[in-house]
Amino acid sequence: MLRQRITDDEALEKPFNKEQFKRLMSYMKPYKKQLLITLVLMIVAAVCGLLGPLILQLAIDKYMFKEKLAGLLLITLAYLGVNLISMLCVRTRVRIMVVVGQEVLFRLRQDLFNHIQKLSFTFYDSRPAGKILVRIINDVNSLSDLLTNGIINVVTDVFTLIVALAFMFSIHFRLALITLTTVPLMVLVIFMLKRTIRVRWQTVRKKVSNMNAYLHESLAGMRVTQVFVREPETREVYRQLSSDIYSTWMNAIKVNNLFWPSIELIAAIGTVLIYWFGLQFLDQGTVTVGVLVAFTGYVWRFWQPLNNLCNFYNSLLVAMASTERIFELLDVRPDITDGENAVEMPPIKGEVRFDNVTFYYEPEKPVLENVSFTVRPGETIALVGPTGAGKTTIVNLISRFYDVVDGRVLIDGVDIRDVSLNSLRKQMGVMLQDPFIFSGTVMDNIRYGKLDATDEEVMEAARVVYAHEFIKDMEDGYYTEVQERGSRLSQGQKQLISFARALLADPKILILDEATSSIDTRTEILIQSGLRELLKGRTSFVIAHRLSTIRNADRIMVIDHGRIMECGSHDELIKKKGIYYNLYRAQYRYLMAI
Amino acid sequence: MDILRRIMGYVARYKWKAITAMLFLVLLISLNLITPYLTKILVDDVIRGGKRNLLVPILTAIFGFAACRGLLSYFRSFLFESVSQKCLYDLRNDMYTHLQGLSFAFYDDNRIGELMSRMTGDLEGIRMFVVGGLSILLENAIYFTGTTIMLFSLNAELALITLAILPFIAWVAVKFNKTIRPAYSEIREQQANLNTAAQENIAGVRVVRAFAREDYEIEKFEKENRLNQEKNKNASFIWARYFPLIEFLSGFCAVALIGYGGWMVAIEKITLGTVVAFNGYLWMLIMPVRMLGWIVNIIGHAITSGKRVFDILDTGSSIKEKSNSYFSDEYRGDVVFDNVSFSYKENSILFNININAPAGKTIGIMGPTGSGKTSIINLIGRLYDVSSGRVLVDGVDVRDWKLSALRSQIGIVMQDTFLFSDTVEGNILYGNPDASREDVIRAAKIAEAHDFIMEMPQGYDTIVGERGVGLSGGQKQRIAIARAIIKNPRILIMDDCTSAVDMETEYEIQQALKKIMKGRTTFIIAHRVSSVKDADEILFLDNGRIVERGTHEELLALKGRYYELYMQQYKDLDEFRSKRQVI
Ligand SMILES: Nc1ncnc2c1ncn2[C@@H]1O[C@H](COP(=O)(O)OP(=O)(O)OP(=O)(O)O)[C@@H](O)[C@H]1O
Ligand SMILES: Nc1ncnc2c1ncn2[C@@H]1O[C@H](COP(=O)(O)OP(=O)(O)OP(=O)(O)O)[C@@H](O)[C@H]1O
Ligand SMILES: [Mg+2]
Repeated sequence: MLRQRITDDEALEKPFNKEQFKRLMSYMKPYKKQLLITLVLMIVAAVCGLLGPLILQLAIDKYMFKEKLAGLLLITLAYLGVNLISMLCVRTRVRIMVVVGQEVLFRLRQDLFNHIQKLSFTFYDSRPAGKILVRIINDVNSLSDLLTNGIINVVTDVFTLIVALAFMFSIHFRLALITLTTVPLMVLVIFMLKRTIRVRWQTVRKKVSNMNAYLHESLAGMRVTQVFVREPETREVYRQLSSDIYSTWMNAIKVNNLFWPSIELIAAIGTVLIYWFGLQFLDQGTVTVGVLVAFTGYVWRFWQPLNNLCNFYNSLLVAMASTERIFELLDVRPDITDGENAVEMPPIKGEVRFDNVTFYYEPEKPVLENVSFTVRPGETIALVGPTGAGKTTIVNLISRFYDVVDGRVLIDGVDIRDVSLNSLRKQMGVMLQDPFIFSGTVMDNIRYGKLDATDEEVMEAARVVYAHEFIKDMEDGYYTEVQERGSRLSQGQKQLISFARALLADPKILILDEATSSIDTRTEILIQSGLRELLKGRTSFVIAHRLSTIRNADRIMVIDHGRIMECGSHDELIKKKGIYYNLYRAQYRYLMAI
Repeated sequence: MDILRRIMGYVARYKWKAITAMLFLVLLISLNLITPYLTKILVDDVIRGGKRNLLVPILTAIFGFAACRGLLSYFRSFLFESVSQKCLYDLRNDMYTHLQGLSFAFYDDNRIGELMSRMTGDLEGIRMFVVGGLSILLENAIYFTGTTIMLFSLNAELALITLAILPFIAWVAVKFNKTIRPAYSEIREQQANLNTAAQENIAGVRVVRAFAREDYEIEKFEKENRLNQEKNKNASFIWARYFPLIEFLSGFCAVALIGYGGWMVAIEKITLGTVVAFNGYLWMLIMPVRMLGWIVNIIGHAITSGKRVFDILDTGSSIKEKSNSYFSDEYRGDVVFDNVSFSYKENSILFNININAPAGKTIGIMGPTGSGKTSIINLIGRLYDVSSGRVLVDGVDVRDWKLSALRSQIGIVMQDTFLFSDTVEGNILYGNPDASREDVIRAAKIAEAHDFIMEMPQGYDTIVGERGVGLSGGQKQRIAIARAIIKNPRILIMDDCTSAVDMETEYEIQQALKKIMKGRTTFIIAHRVSSVKDADEILFLDNGRIVERGTHEELLALKGRYYELYMQQYKDLDEFRSKRQVI
């Protein structure tokens, strides 16, 4: 997957098709009963709506005379009753549909979220977080109206249309036919506008997504921007993205808004035709005055739903721009998944074997080439080597964050692709190079390593890494809220907390990637001595640049350019006078130069 | 109301567009008001009265009116869209600019998800108001007054009876408004929570995967998602309670018309034509009354969203520039801390710090985790304000400096490396957008980054993912170093900037840096003695106090904390030396 820059448009060429609409509708399927009830309610309400002019017509034609006053009263009451029924129907309908619509939105959003939990780092590496976020939040939101009102309205509109047509045909067949002559015109207009409208709204969604992604990143990097006084430039970029939205939006509006006036114009033509022919029929005597008046009353009831349908189609086009994006994300295939017949990883004893492993992130640039090694259960392995050598990559492969390109990674003799991801990772404890702290309390953050840990266990883990002291000294101790990404902690403190988190997991295989790089030497030494006890019986991988921290490792592997160059204990490697020796010397060079 | 006024302030910037749009709207409405009159003539005179000669002119008029209406409504909605998008554009930019001016302290306390939600969902609420609310409001107000006048001029008595229900409807609308407002703000808050939950999950995806906590995360998100659903349902239920009620009540107008109007026709007080005309206008009256529900809805959204937007715009930065702030073309780079104490809110962090760093000197800062090293250097660029004492740059209190002038002289390599998703070159150029390719390469070479950059398939044009994804830890740090170097600052601050770099490379970086450090005031924070050893003064910090200070030799002679550290780091140096001699 190509890495995206924020301002790059997302390529997304899935034309709006029935499949996607059907897929969206499939979310409505479980609510057939509710939909049915709603339909009935709406039909009742629609009938009530149609009865309105009928009653009025009746009143005008038959009851507005002195001797019929009782009838008039009755008819007034009938009208009132019709209104009451209509109100109750609308109310119940809204209540039902809101439940259905919100449930569908909930499902859709949850499905998206659940789906991205399955996606691997490759996916996250290639997309800015803001663009993923937009789809889960904003794109789903924009379907709200379609789902709660739009779709169900269509059905009633169609129904109203049919009823109105039936009335019209029953009142006067030829006039009804004349009214219908305008429909092909409408279809033509819709057909001409539809493609352009869809494409333009799609562009708008893309630009909105770009802007949000940029916004997201620039908020995250605001500190850097301020420090480098780059506010004016970033502002300019944002302004540009923002004005892109303005122009694409207006572009979409230009065609989008042609819809309504053209429909109205066509409706006017229809009205003119009816009066024109209606009067001729009147002259011929095939129609009475009352019938003609009534007919024109119904014509309005015919245009209304037709207009609504056109508008619905229009908003469907807009909503489809979001639907496409939602389903595109749902269709991203997770590339690291449990195999067909993945089994639970049995309790790990701790043997880790790389069997001729080759790996690259991008094909042009191999990172690991034919790496083979075996680690015995309980061994502590140190990985050292220049930056960018591939140390982090090796440990990433053990947790199966990425899949090997060639060769195998075996734990206790089992290829890790043959066991379920969950059972594998549950038995490993990884401390990443970049400590990540969630917003929440310190307690919650450490407990992330073992959700059912008691407070006592959490504190014990904190004590091991000497974090207990400073945590205790914070305002609310372990219950201090650390903000997003731990912004109220010092870098070293963040590291200690995520260190404690990894230890709490009580893993069979422990991976420490630069666990103490930002920690002062005194604390580091203290941690080292405590750690020795903890590492017993676990296979552990320790990556470090400060060689003093890894002296006691059982074996040290020197990695360079994706190969294992040397391997052995500290003393062996020093004797060998190879790369390790040189690395080791480097840390003293500065002092020795005196 | 105040919020609406402020929103209107944005609309007012495009008043000519808005006024034209309104004008079109008024014209449109007049046309709409005349159309039933045409229909009345058609029915009364042409159909019933048999004046056939009027047919063609009236039909032409009906068609012509429709055409005009089409044109007018096209341009009206176009203009309203344009105004709303312009307002949105302005608001977005104002928000963005304002956010840029807010201090570090603000970002310590606020979540990105929350801010994002204000800048997307809440702005959308305002847009809806400007694009739809305003025209609906005006349209219905005109319809309402227009039809009311028409009705009264047709027959005052009948008008009075048919409109008798209105005060009651107004009362219901007011109540509706009161009930729904809190529901909307709950929705907005929950949306922000939802946004935050998703945002954190994506940002922390590596930790989530590492601990196989997907199920836990799903559960967490589901809770927020469910709440979001509840809040939305809640608001809609309120809506369902009031909206149909308003519709029902508005139906009473028609009831009154049939009943009372019918009776009046029966006793021949008015003609049937009047009732028909009344009927035509009545729908135009009922419509705006029904719309009341929508109006309350849209305004409610706009006010709750507007409040959240303006809350941000009204947040003052804790770092304020003075009106006649200091700047100069001649920077030296003297830095003085004069009895500085500092606290984050109530948390005292630094106590009585005194530092004197004349231009060109190098200050090394050491100390245990959380002792306040980063906090000290944050004060130089005035990222936070001191709580007492003064920080002077070139003899001027940083609080008197023009912020951009002050910061443009300072190059910081922050402890927490942040790279943007841009090319490698773009990231280095972030330090100085005017620099040339050669400068970029030179800076990269000093930071020992050139070689690995050239090894990448697209070299300097390789796109780095968000936060530097795709680079190893040490590679990120080196790009960050290059970014600070290319700025060519008078004051260079390096906060633990080689922690993820191997010894060999670190040594080389240090050698290269030494050359460029000449003539610059440099602050180096490090845990390794080797990094600070050559500094003109080394400060050893503990618990926010300077416990030891002096040159490397002086501190060794002191045999205190620094000495202890030195011994810990180099305990095997002697052993190593002797070995080397042996071998
Ligand atoms: N997600 C990624 N996509 C593409 N390339 C990557 C990615 N992560 C790392 N690389 C590249 O792979 C190489 C090895 O990186 P790795 O992170 O394994 O190095 P490392 O040995 O851990 O270095 P350090 O000590 O600096 O952390 C580097 O050249 C890096 O640029
Ligand atoms: N934004 C903040 N709000 C409140 N307290 C903070 C904030 N930032 C840091 N602190 C606290 O201030 C103290 C000093 O933090 P600082 O970042 O200066 O430490 P440091 O010496 O740089 O440590 P390290 O070596 O780990 O980077 C720590 O106890 C930390 O918890
Ligand atoms: Mg720090």
